[in-house]
Amino acid sequence: MTGAARRDGWVGYAFVGPFLLVYAAILIVPLLMGLWISLNNADLFGRREWVGLANYAQALGDPVLGQAFANTLTLTLLIVPPLTVIALLLALALNRATRLAAILRGVFFSSLVLSVTIVTLIWRFILTPDAGLVAVGLGALGRAPVPFLSDPAYVIPALAVTTLWWSLGFPIMLFLAGLQQVPHDIYEAAALDGAGRWTVFRRITLPSIRRTLLLVVMLQTAAQLQIFGQAQLLTGGGPGGASRTIVLYIFEVSFGRWELGYATAIAELLFGMILAVTLLQYWLVIRHEEQRA
Amino acid sequence: MSGLELIDVSKSYGATRVLDGVSLAIGAGEFVAFLGPSGSGKSTLLRIIAGLESLDAGEVWLGGERIDGLAPGARGIAMVFQHYALYPHMTVRENMAFGLVNAGVPKDEIARRIAQAAETLEIATQLDKKPGQMSGGQRQRVAIGRAIVKKPKLFLLDEPLSNLDAALRGRTRVELAQLRTRVDAALVMVTHDQSEAMTLADRIVVMNDRRIQQVGTPAEVYARPANAFVAGFVGSPAMAMLPARVAGHDGARVRIGLPCGADLPTAIPAAAGLEEGAPVTLGLRAEHVTLAPPATPGLPARIDLVERLGDRTYLYARLSDGSEIIAHAPGFSAVRPGEAVTLAVDAAAAHVFTADGTAHHPGPRA
Repeated sequence: MTGAARRDGWVGYAFVGPFLLVYAAILIVPLLMGLWISLNNADLFGRREWVGLANYAQALGDPVLGQAFANTLTLTLLIVPPLTVIALLLALALNRATRLAAILRGVFFSSLVLSVTIVTLIWRFILTPDAGLVAVGLGALGRAPVPFLSDPAYVIPALAVTTLWWSLGFPIMLFLAGLQQVPHDIYEAAALDGAGRWTVFRRITLPSIRRTLLLVVMLQTAAQLQIFGQAQLLTGGGPGGASRTIVLYIFEVSFGRWELGYATAIAELLFGMILAVTLLQYWLVIRHEEQRA
Repeated sequence: MSGLELIDVSKSYGATRVLDGVSLAIGAGEFVAFLGPSGSGKSTLLRIIAGLESLDAGEVWLGGERIDGLAPGARGIAMVFQHYALYPHMTVRENMAFGLVNAGVPKDEIARRIAQAAETLEIATQLDKKPGQMSGGQRQRVAIGRAIVKKPKLFLLDEPLSNLDAALRGRTRVELAQLRTRVDAALVMVTHDQSEAMTLADRIVVMNDRRIQQVGTPAEVYARPANAFVAGFVGSPAMAMLPARVAGHDGARVRIGLPCGADLPTAIPAAAGLEEGAPVTLGLRAEHVTLAPPATPGLPARIDLVERLGDRTYLYARLSDGSEIIAHAPGFSAVRPGEAVTLAVDAAAAHVFTADGTAHHPGPRA
């Protein structure tokens, strides 16, 4: 290696170094510490008592965690597919250079900048059975109000709708960015090839934004498996645990019951699950691509 | 006529007019080039024919059918795009089949047409590759193949050679010339490269400033340019344009005086606008200007630039009044920049353009 090349190498590390340090300090170290704590009986005062895999064994047999797991999975399945489809449809509609489209892009994106506190406040006004927007609407139709947030049958869908409304902006932006990467002339070639709108969407647009689609599904799945704020603020996990999510349960166990070791074990399990699901999605798409190539 | 016919086609983008009353008829098997500088409207015209742009006024007919209201896919037209516009996620085979599947062509017929086109274009071994795995020249062939299999009534080629390097350009030019023998359709090519147009097309449509300037065979456009723009745009090197004045008449022929004092008897018949003293532009192609043998009369000039092409040399020179002129010499000329030379002009081959751009060409030799 020449001196100049070596110097270039060090300059490179100098640029990457600060990021790597911060990355290690706030992600890698906590991950390893978490792994360590999960093998202990631990509380918030620093007590540590080695218990091996006992916390994990407890988690696997915990019926409350089982219910939280089912709730979280249901929410993820209720949120990610419609979110992806709706965001894609809106992005297709907004992918044009008109003033109205520009304004609407801003409108759809705006919900994203609201904090979860504001979002849940808005949706409380909409969903509350006393005088909420939906209740007023149902009343006008002569129907009884529905207690969305206190009926176990409605609470999960209500949380899903709230999350959908809040989360649309970012996938729309990702899809718009993906759509704008598609060269315009292949649409013209498709027009000359006599492709109808559906054929263009299915054979040209969708394959062209496949990677964006994967990104959106991966990001949203990872995000919704960690759903927390909406459940905590809108329902507190109730009624009777009907809307308790995994992260909410972790929060309760660690800061309510002070069982830090157990909470961390659940968190590690959740981390492993998200990692596995994300890798699975990635693998499915990549394998599909390789088969086609 | 069963070819392509444009009737009074006009197009504006907002307040900017890009095509102004363009009319043109192209025969069923003809190869026509739209030649012009960027912004001349030639690409817009091509896109209007394809249906990728709407027209504000006028009609487009193809094979006896009015097509300007039809969708692009329903016009019986295939287009080879400048950047090929291949579908990147489809294999070559799928690229070529796409339009046929949409048109409801039976599967075995699709396979037959693809096999045939792939054979003639020598891409039969590439059919299962994706465009991203191919070279520029191969992609171009795929784009041509995708057009051929549709058996269109009209081929549109948008700057087909501009993306290729020099070596590939020569070979593709040969292939495009062969293409017309393989297909039973009219071809329209857009280009800004006059040598492409000259070598490939049966007729050239020279466009500038939103309008057709001239339609003619390459020979006509070269030898009898309709106006000063065509004269300057077609031919390489460009025709030299010298400020001049009508000096008088020799019988029925016009005599031209140059500011440097030279007096040239042309073969141009006297006509309106060529009265004695009228300011004109004298057009001279390089092949009609040579180095005068020693001790013969001619125009004194000084050489600015020498362009040696091997078989001939172009000499860019300046007359005593500063006007620029281009001469040619056979083979490798030893003339150097800065050298003073005497130029012999074949005045009988000169063109004259009046101030409004109208061209006057040599009449039949007396």
